[in-house]
Amino acid sequence: MLNDVTFGQYYPVKSFVHNMDPRAKIVFMIAYIVAIFLADNFFALATAVVFLLFVVLLSRVPFGRVLRSVKMILFLIIFTAVLNLFFYSGSSSYQPLVDWWIITITYESIINMIFLALRLFLLVMGTSVLTLTTTPVALTDGIESLLTPLKWIRFPVHELALIMSIALRFIPTLMDETNRIVAAQKARGANFETGGLIKRAKAVVPILVPLLVSAFRRAEDLGDAMDARCYSGAKGRTKYKKLVFTWRDLLGLLLLAALITGIVFLNQLGGKFEILSYFL
Amino acid sequence: MRILAKGLTYTYNPKSPFASQALKGVDISIDEGEFFGIIGHTGSGKSTFLQHLNALIRLTGGFLKVGEYDLSDKKCNFLELRSKVGMVFQYPEYQLFAETVEKDVMFGLKNFRKDMSDEEMKAAVKEAIETVDLDYEEIKDKSPFELSGGQKRRVAIAGVIVTKPEVLILDEPAAGLDPLGKKEIMDLLHAIHGGWCKTIVFVSHDMDEIAENCTRAAVFSDGRVVMEDTPAEIFKRSDELISLGLDIPVTAKCARILKERGIEIETDFTSEDFIAKVLAAYAAKAGA
Amino acid sequence: MEAVKFENVKFAYREDDETFAVNGVTLSIEEGTFVAVLGRNGSGKSTLAKMINALLVPTEGKAEVFGLDTASPENTFEIRKSAGMVFQNPDNQTVASIVEDDVAFGPENIGVPREEIGRRIDFALDAVGMQAFRQSTPSRLSGGQKQRIAIAGVLAILPKIMILDESTAMLDPKGRREVMDVIKKLNKERGMTVILITHFMDEALEADRAIVMHRGEVVMDGTPEEIFSRADELETYNLALPRAAYISKRLAEGGMPVKGAFHAEALAEEICASLQKA
Repeated sequence: MLNDVTFGQYYPVKSFVHNMDPRAKIVFMIAYIVAIFLADNFFALATAVVFLLFVVLLSRVPFGRVLRSVKMILFLIIFTAVLNLFFYSGSSSYQPLVDWWIITITYESIINMIFLALRLFLLVMGTSVLTLTTTPVALTDGIESLLTPLKWIRFPVHELALIMSIALRFIPTLMDETNRIVAAQKARGANFETGGLIKRAKAVVPILVPLLVSAFRRAEDLGDAMDARCYSGAKGRTKYKKLVFTWRDLLGLLLLAALITGIVFLNQLGGKFEILSYFL
Repeated sequence: MRILAKGLTYTYNPKSPFASQALKGVDISIDEGEFFGIIGHTGSGKSTFLQHLNALIRLTGGFLKVGEYDLSDKKCNFLELRSKVGMVFQYPEYQLFAETVEKDVMFGLKNFRKDMSDEEMKAAVKEAIETVDLDYEEIKDKSPFELSGGQKRRVAIAGVIVTKPEVLILDEPAAGLDPLGKKEIMDLLHAIHGGWCKTIVFVSHDMDEIAENCTRAAVFSDGRVVMEDTPAEIFKRSDELISLGLDIPVTAKCARILKERGIEIETDFTSEDFIAKVLAAYAAKAGA
Repeated sequence: MEAVKFENVKFAYREDDETFAVNGVTLSIEEGTFVAVLGRNGSGKSTLAKMINALLVPTEGKAEVFGLDTASPENTFEIRKSAGMVFQNPDNQTVASIVEDDVAFGPENIGVPREEIGRRIDFALDAVGMQAFRQSTPSRLSGGQKQRIAIAGVLAILPKIMILDESTAMLDPKGRREVMDVIKKLNKERGMTVILITHFMDEALEADRAIVMHRGEVVMDGTPEEIFSRADELETYNLALPRAAYISKRLAEGGMPVKGAFHAEALAEEICASLQKA
């Protein structure tokens, strides 16, 4: 019943963002991440936040659903931010607020922490919007298409894409199989919940061995089935799914260009620390 | 051990968009000593029900008692229960894992019977392997992966019965086998039923198999038990089975057509009985 | 025209094998026939099937598909295009997570232009009655549905022969019926040559011709009715009669004037007739 893995995080609604070309979305996301790290003061970063909120709104994915993916790595964000707060080593033009043992907290380190946390936060939100609005299958197609130029240096783009696609296809099958094997061994008295580390590692053998054997058997079958369907590598192959770049994608990328221009322009207002001088 | 379920319900992925109710109130009673058949489409809830019987799926709604074990009781000793209720899954040969047949069959014993000595365990393994009609000496040190398909399945069954469970549950034990292989597995189940396990519960899609072998059977449909009776009584209701999209045995198909032609054959739908009754009808007619 | 022609074909899985999995098979299959191949596990029927679309090549003898020798590598592609194959496990044959992408796999491999692939997907999914599932995920379908998708995936290559290697063995009765209905329709309406490897005797009854294999050899060959009326011979090859045939045989032995009946319906007719005559 873990079949939903196939869809990853995909949130099935129809929206402007869902309908965009996966290639455009991948480029979009990479550019957005660059923009976040480019933003050097609060005005620029605030613009990036507003922009993201706008995209989430446009994608019709509930805001809570997007936040949920951030929640999973919230600990990591806080951890990095706190470390940064305590051990920021940049020079400070103001008196340290705290200076105790090896911990020094300055105005600069606070600002630095906020920036870091916000950037990480936006980074995760941005990638989530991508995976929430694009199926893994479409993502694979997009990556394959974007990597096509690498064929010139003999990089096996088609093979890589096929491997990803087959892996995606077999995840739910192998999940089901794992559940079945676990149940069968439990019925024979296997215990996976208690015991020390070594005991638990040993308990996995009765699951892993049959799973591996079955994976090899499936691979062999699949190889035959692919041969029988005339598979002979990338040569002479056509492609049914054609990604089409539409006005949506153009509009999206124009918006993005506007964002980056805006951020670069706002950066002219000053660096992130200069703002301190207004207050102190 | 008697199996008694009342109003058993179960929902997969509750409170999620993928929620699906597999059991919608199952009532069933299987007595000790029965050779009990379970009939139903894929997705009718029969597998979900069976996995409740040894607590592979924990009870969430309704009442279920297996022998003395009350599965609604949180303090119920599930490990002990599992040693008394053996479960053979579909294609059980895909769960073999150990380096040798002997070790694989011994797996259950090592888990359930920590009190047994090595010699006792080996003796039990030998007995189990011989019960499934394999040559212990020839096979015990072989890797289970070297065996033929039919042998693997027998080894897997030996690995379940080795702990002498009182109830043996099998989910389509003959799936994927040819007719003779199917018959061999049914013969094996009868042999186990005589000595090793008091009660046998098995799923089958083959109605001839149900008609020929079971003391009683239950028909699952859409998360409920819609019939529970002897095969003779169940296959009398052929029209209902057909309307549920299920098959009926050849004997029942034949009896149905004969009935339409005004010829009543009173039979329990086993081939032997059907042949005898038709021959008797013929003799009566010819004599008259 | 002859779709398949085997001349004294032998096959061994390893060079040093003394026993042949297929041991001297001479066989000819006319285009448009529905052939069932019966036999116990290990009788060589799957090996035989794999030699028809050049997944395996004879160790000895000659195998031809529409006049093309399977042994020469330059024919392999053409042979696989004309002889498609569906396998046993419905879970192990799909490459994509979306039905239409999977059906497209074959045509993509043989370089069919994009627009044409779309038409072929339509045709293939219609032929197996799965058009409504075009955008579904194979892993969420039933066994019978998965096998119909596998058949569609082969159909999209537009083969003339469809080989089914125990493709119904892992299905429930409903799934088996679905698959049998599809292949019968393909044979009747499109004149597709069907080679069905099976151990279900009732499926063999649907065929025009049945072949029994035993220890790598073809030991019986004829209409299913002919084959099933030779009950004693079947038994020596460890095959069981369909239950209706078994009952009619026993009734005849018991002195009733019933002719061999293979379906429940025919059996009922026979019983009825002899009771009325009595």
